[in-house]
Amino acid sequence: MEIQQFNYDNKTVKYFIMATMIWGAVALIVGLLIALQLAFPAFNLGLEFTTFGRTRPVHTNAVIFAFIGNAMFAGIYYSLQRVLKARLFNDVLSKIHFWGWQIIIVLAAVSLLAGYTSGKEYAELEWPIDLLIAVIWVTFGWNMIGTILKRRVKHIYASVWWYLATFLGVAVLHIVNSIEIPFSFFKSYPVYAGAQDAVVQWWYGHNAVAFFLTTPWLGLMYYYLPKASNRPIYSYQLSIVHFWTLIFLYMWSGPHHLLYQALPDWVQALGVTFSIMLIAPSWGGMINGLLTLRGAWDKVRDNAELKFMVVALTAYGMATFEGPMMSLKSVNAISHFTDWTIAHTHIAGMGWNGGLIFGMFYWLVPKLFRTPLYSKKMANTHFWLATLGILMFAIPLYWAAITQWLMLREYTPNGLLAYPNFLETTIQIIPMYHARILGGVLFFAGFLLFFYNMIKTIQAGNLVDNEATEAPVLTDPSARKYGESFHRLIERKGVIFAVLVFIALIIGGAVEIIPMLNIESNIPKIASVTPYTPLELAGRDVYISNGCYNCHSQQVRPIRAETDRYGEYSKIGEFVYDHPFQWGSRRTGPDLARAGYIGSSTYKTAIWHYNHFTKPKEINPQTIMPAYPWLAKNVVNLDQIPVKIRVMQTLGVPYPKDYDKKAVADYREQAQKIVDELKISGVNIAADKEVIAMIAYLHKLGRDISPSKKK
Amino acid sequence: MNIMFLLIGASLLAAMVFLFLFIWAVKSGQYDDTYTPSVRILFDDDPVSETIHEKESAEPDVNKEIDLQPDKKNSN
Repeated sequence: MEIQQFNYDNKTVKYFIMATMIWGAVALIVGLLIALQLAFPAFNLGLEFTTFGRTRPVHTNAVIFAFIGNAMFAGIYYSLQRVLKARLFNDVLSKIHFWGWQIIIVLAAVSLLAGYTSGKEYAELEWPIDLLIAVIWVTFGWNMIGTILKRRVKHIYASVWWYLATFLGVAVLHIVNSIEIPFSFFKSYPVYAGAQDAVVQWWYGHNAVAFFLTTPWLGLMYYYLPKASNRPIYSYQLSIVHFWTLIFLYMWSGPHHLLYQALPDWVQALGVTFSIMLIAPSWGGMINGLLTLRGAWDKVRDNAELKFMVVALTAYGMATFEGPMMSLKSVNAISHFTDWTIAHTHIAGMGWNGGLIFGMFYWLVPKLFRTPLYSKKMANTHFWLATLGILMFAIPLYWAAITQWLMLREYTPNGLLAYPNFLETTIQIIPMYHARILGGVLFFAGFLLFFYNMIKTIQAGNLVDNEATEAPVLTDPSARKYGESFHRLIERKGVIFAVLVFIALIIGGAVEIIPMLNIESNIPKIASVTPYTPLELAGRDVYISNGCYNCHSQQVRPIRAETDRYGEYSKIGEFVYDHPFQWGSRRTGPDLARAGYIGSSTYKTAIWHYNHFTKPKEINPQTIMPAYPWLAKNVVNLDQIPVKIRVMQTLGVPYPKDYDKKAVADYREQAQKIVDELKISGVNIAADKEVIAMIAYLHKLGRDISPSKKK
Repeated sequence: MNIMFLLIGASLLAAMVFLFLFIWAVKSGQYDDTYTPSVRILFDDDPVSETIHEKESAEPDVNKEIDLQPDKKNSN
């Protein structure tokens, strides 16, 4: 048997390790900033670029795609080469992948702060970046599949299957959820509207959790945990069984993010059912990981890397039990729109992903740089800071969630809401936000120790960019044999065949199905619901651009405490012209679905809105809403209005023919009415300011189903 | 909710690809041995030496490995 000598590519791994540490620091600093902003509005810094609505997506995107993403690529590229006994497929692809991903991150941060957002959580990036992500993601997949195809070990180790599922899963999710029509170089509208958009978005959102934060990390766990503990995985068979189960079940559970919302019941039930079933394969992974350490717990006592991995697996087990429980409608009524969800995601993000990243790096970096870890003591201190930080972060938020929910549903003996003013419930939980900051500070302090420890280790070590190794040749199982039929060959080239079929079907399916998804679908329509006027549409874009959906929902659930507080519950037909939907997922402030319904508690006059946007503290001294004085200064770009109308017409919104030519005149006419109204209250402002459009948009919300609608 | 056709379709497609991969994995003998692989990954690669260069060139050509086309030369 011939032995081949070849080099492992360590350089690419090193690059991704460096990027992980830099972006990790950035992601956590922004996290601290937004935690401070919620407790002390002064930290919004009075700039439109640094208010919570824009910084929060920067935090979530930075944590998921920059910190966790880069760590994932580092871990995959190191282990992939070793378990397959092959160098990464192509050095140019590795380079493109690395630098492309970093460019995406920078573009994401800049564009989100500048207010270019799709308004869909965890998919906020606008269309040019979406395209770039697709290209870079395919580069990653190509590089990985190429490596698999030229492997020198016939058996594909469990981890690689998880990596492969990651590539396929994210590819399909990203493509389907990002179909949008641009109206400018930076902005677009999604093709889906309202409830349809919501379902696609949370199908994506939930599976981003599955295929970006779960499957690659289980794969990494299956490599790095055995390596760090020098124990084979407890049950290799279990790893196979729970892999196939998990990837088959995950795709269906997205609608659990939309329980009690304007969505057919059967869709909600589908999501709940699959969410409950997911406990089994999820716990398969946790059990398999923890039992791997049987007989090796003495090592856990001494090794920071194993300790982190144990915390990661425990957090994974807790989060994957809690998740299905939160998918039960009665639990979801509490957890949705409160801080419960925030606590849940941080148990998973800091505990599971964070724990695995730190555990993996404490093992991998010394190994890769061929030197002992700079300080074990520092790593142990990091472990305790991180673990206590997670608890200090999550417990106050669970507390806050229950407190706020109990207050919101509290009635007086006379049958009235005990706390009719939403702000009272917010003020009540501010002390919990203070405690949460402390948790974040602890976690970040631990991260700084990690950062220092890694730098020192890297400085002391010396990495071989191209590490020589050798392995026996694998008789190529995919080579075409003489006389073999073409189909046999395709069959042997299993992976490549699957990918080709997949891409072909997804493109074909999308092209055929999307035109069918127009507004004439079987969504119950409401005759009085009309498309947004040009002014309201512009206001909606201002709303999205400022990230209002990060704190305000637009969805009244059919729960007594909510209908008493806000008004009639939300119906599917109200949202048919919403590209994108803006239902939100967290109520830091009150719901706005009835802000235009005269008589509802959230209906406010134009002058109230004007004063509230420019000086919220003068209206509610204790409010944590930041001021938006720039809304009264920034001007709406009226040149874009006709293009926006035409894009909306393409998407099936029934504006009259050639309405785009009339739109700007209509805009001015409607804006003038608000300007005149404000003038009576002593405010003089031009009609093209953003605040005018915002007021018009807020007065549209819920107006179409209100009895006062005049048209 | 026509959108569900798209999503169920896309999910089913993904599931079909996974199913295909699963059948391929079983048929091609990937799961014939469900113990050895778990132990094999624990063995470290012994570094042969420093980086292997294809030729004694001044600059190491990282884009190339020693043996580029194993399957063409040797069928076993």
